[in-house]
Amino acid sequence: MRKFYGFVIKEFLHIFRDKRTLIILFGMPVVQILLFGFAITNEIKDANIAILDLSKDATTQKITNKILSSKYFLLYQNLNTYDEIEKVFRTGKIKEVVIFEQKFEEQMKKTGKANVQIIVDAADPNTGNTILNYTTAIINNFVREYNPTSNIPYFIDIQSRLRYNPELKGVFLFVPGLIAIILMLVSAMMSSISLTKEKETGTMEVLLVSPVKPAQVIIAKVIPYSLLSFINAVTILLLGKFVFGVPIVGNLPFLLSEVILFILTSLSLGIFISTVTSSQQVALMISLVGLMLPTILLSGFIYPIENMPLFLQIISNILPARWFLIILRDVMLKGSDITYVWKETLILFGFLLFFIGLSVKNYKVRL
Amino acid sequence: MIRVIKFLIIKEFKQIFRNKSMLPLIFMMPLLQLLILANAATFEIKNLNIVIIDKDQTSLSRNIAGKFKGSKYFNIVGYTFNQKTAEREIQNRHADLYIEIPNNFERDLIREQTNKILVVVNAIDGAKGSISNFYVQNIINDVNKEIAEKYLIQSNTLVAADFKQIDLNYSFWYNPDLNYKTFMVPGILVLLVTLIGTFLSSMNIVREKEIGTLESINVTPINKIQFIIGKQTPIWIIGMFELVFGLTLAELVYHIPFLGSPVVLFTFGALYLSLALGVGLLISTVTETQQQAMFFTWFFMMLFILLGGLFTAIENMPAWAQTITLFNPIRYFIEVVRLVMLKGAGFADVKNHLIVISIMSVVINGLAVFRYRKTT
Amino acid sequence: MENKVNSGSTDAPVCASNDKSINKVDLKGTDEGVCATDNNFVCVVENLTKKFGSFTAVDSISFSVKKGEIFGFLGANGAGKTTAMKILCGLSKPTSGKVMVAGYDVYKDAEKIKKNIGYMSQKFSLYEDLTVLENISLFSGIYGLTDKQIKEKSEYLVNKLELEKVKNTLLKSLPLGWKQKLAFSVAIIHDPDIVFLDEPTGGVDPITRRQFWELIYEAADRGVTVFVTTHYMDESEYCNRVSMMTAGKIAALGTPAELKKEYKAKNMDEVFVKIARG
Repeated sequence: MRKFYGFVIKEFLHIFRDKRTLIILFGMPVVQILLFGFAITNEIKDANIAILDLSKDATTQKITNKILSSKYFLLYQNLNTYDEIEKVFRTGKIKEVVIFEQKFEEQMKKTGKANVQIIVDAADPNTGNTILNYTTAIINNFVREYNPTSNIPYFIDIQSRLRYNPELKGVFLFVPGLIAIILMLVSAMMSSISLTKEKETGTMEVLLVSPVKPAQVIIAKVIPYSLLSFINAVTILLLGKFVFGVPIVGNLPFLLSEVILFILTSLSLGIFISTVTSSQQVALMISLVGLMLPTILLSGFIYPIENMPLFLQIISNILPARWFLIILRDVMLKGSDITYVWKETLILFGFLLFFIGLSVKNYKVRL
Repeated sequence: MIRVIKFLIIKEFKQIFRNKSMLPLIFMMPLLQLLILANAATFEIKNLNIVIIDKDQTSLSRNIAGKFKGSKYFNIVGYTFNQKTAEREIQNRHADLYIEIPNNFERDLIREQTNKILVVVNAIDGAKGSISNFYVQNIINDVNKEIAEKYLIQSNTLVAADFKQIDLNYSFWYNPDLNYKTFMVPGILVLLVTLIGTFLSSMNIVREKEIGTLESINVTPINKIQFIIGKQTPIWIIGMFELVFGLTLAELVYHIPFLGSPVVLFTFGALYLSLALGVGLLISTVTETQQQAMFFTWFFMMLFILLGGLFTAIENMPAWAQTITLFNPIRYFIEVVRLVMLKGAGFADVKNHLIVISIMSVVINGLAVFRYRKTT
Repeated sequence: MENKVNSGSTDAPVCASNDKSINKVDLKGTDEGVCATDNNFVCVVENLTKKFGSFTAVDSISFSVKKGEIFGFLGANGAGKTTAMKILCGLSKPTSGKVMVAGYDVYKDAEKIKKNIGYMSQKFSLYEDLTVLENISLFSGIYGLTDKQIKEKSEYLVNKLELEKVKNTLLKSLPLGWKQKLAFSVAIIHDPDIVFLDEPTGGVDPITRRQFWELIYEAADRGVTVFVTTHYMDESEYCNRVSMMTAGKIAALGTPAELKKEYKAKNMDEVFVKIARG
């Protein structure tokens, strides 16, 4: 037992003597969450648009004002002819052109209908679609207000409740995702490198001929990294809460134990990676290039899984991060307890056992 | 001078191609990811799971419920009279939202001239939540419109022109089908090429430092520029190959429009790669071990990727963040890719991008070469 | 005959030399005359010191190496041998002191030195994932040999080292002894004035060790100066002169015979022990 303890100390020393890695390990999550909290968002704000008003009457003016006075849109340019549309889009500076037909108000008075055309730059389809939706909503609102109530017998309205995130803050979506990604990548990377490095430098053999069992060696390595990752997770949670107001509605100890579970799962994935290669470089490439993009894209971090094609949803199932993200969001933002996330928790456990099992098997075979 | 570089390049290629575990990671994995992951990115919100509480049970309320049923955006997953049940369905993720048509809805509507339907939405994903809200609003607008039109027909005093509507047409340019792949595939390719290029070059020299062969080289009269060029060139070649091959593959599989000239794109790519490699090189001059090099690289890559304008638009960011992205090479490449492929931009249109990347490349590479020392 | 040099010695340039007429000669661009007699010395070191922070690895050592001699640099592990050697090779900058190698000043012309020296590090450092021929070809190319020369050299070396059967095998599959011999040959592939060998026979069997020293003798006969560090004391008997370092200083300097006589020792092992004990 004392030998084991000695190994744990050794691992801690390794880590703390490597100042550069340490800076990145702790600094990275902080920088990221600050950046993403303040900078990344899906919400449209101050989008530049151009207006081609062929009518220039009081009504088109009202509509234009309504559009521009919303926080979503800013006027970039007033156009005068159709030809200018292509040119202004090519500058890449605007996302949308709103076109009012000639004699707009007149048409409206005479026939009750007038035409507005919206052209959206859909090179980025997400933004394009959202911009169209917002513009349409504003115009629809205008129509409602424009129609005198005497012409309508009655009128249905909706009352919206936005659960869990009443102010529609983007960070609510991103902070849990960030925690998941950083924990997964850091844990997997660190454990896989640590083991392959020992293999490469030959110190692994020294460890293996010592009376300490391989399992103990591995666990001794895992402990410091678990601690590090845990500190990271807590840091992000604190920053999220106090800087961005991302609440922790659910039970805190429960949340933290799920976090620990995920950390262990990611570490076991790293260990598994280290059993399939003896080169640091390969381990790094697998952990990084292999895990990074799929985790960002398929875990539900930014893109909703429900909207993906079926085969991708299936692939997403084998990413531990996907399940953890569900747990995290539910517990943090909805205050769910185990009854709501038992399935996901069980799955994470399953992953943990699976990776450990495979690693042990590989270890025996290889060495 | 060149001859020495040639020897180094040959050595590098031999080592790369002999490394059986790395080869699939450098070549197959990125291309696989490109093909598969491109399908992931979509914000098109459909299949919203909705629970309907209809306490009114009148023809009007059933009409409203029917509209949700017929809508391509909504998927009715349950009917209930119990609000608690509906709330639970949201909490356990079976439903994204629910609406409640209250008791005596129709009666009160006619009496008071207005009435409200309750809409409760899971708004954790803010964008999704507000879009959901918007679609509900659309349906209710339709209902209101029907009501008004019916009234119009029955009325004696009103004419069509009294009911004001706006005829709204819309069209999407540059991507009429809202094809997300058109947008994502080139972007993901850029990310992958950047990742591989920067990682390989950051670990390249550090690896030799760690295993000791760097000393053998440093003790020869080779000068550091020859050495750096010799080490980096093969990676650059691999990066260009992946860029070209990846794009071709993407064309074949996804039929992405390519309005502009490949020459423009690949010229930019060549310059961009030299910058990406330069960043890797710079990192390798400030680190001692492969582990450190990798962590540094990862740090910057995560930042660049998430602030690159691929997953979230740069225009949505606050001004200070947008300023930061001016230093992000990925941002420029993504813009160029879009401009060239989707809008047919030529050299003149991307001239600013070219200039910026060139300057950045010269500065970063210069700094790296300056920092690299054969003698410690 | 001045043979024993103590550390921290005099201001006058110190030359350990058999030649009594010591002239100060200006060498190839250096202002400070470093002690030499015509071209007799390939390496002159004066009060060389190397510090890492507050730790002094090399403490004001001085010695010279004559052309064509086999100079042994002995000492326990951690005495500072490798550090000193790296400075002589231009891999590391001195903290202070004068160093001249192959006629060039190590401060100003480190790169020029590299054209004229060879080096074999303690840790095996040829490319394990390249073949015998590829390693030879690579380093020959770097040193500027023509294609024809490379071909000739490759054939010659492969024959001499009996690596004909494995010339296209990756180095990582070869036994250590063969790799070390190859590393030595690659170090002198460009016929340098002086070759530095850092513990070249570490971990190698006695027969291979003997073969290795035969290679060293051959090189010395051809006029290549050999500067070798080792902690095998019996190998020190093969050197023309040896110096012994302890704790960063040179504790003794002279031919093996002289040292054995001075320390009244039967062999170099005893000399070392006596010196180490202080």
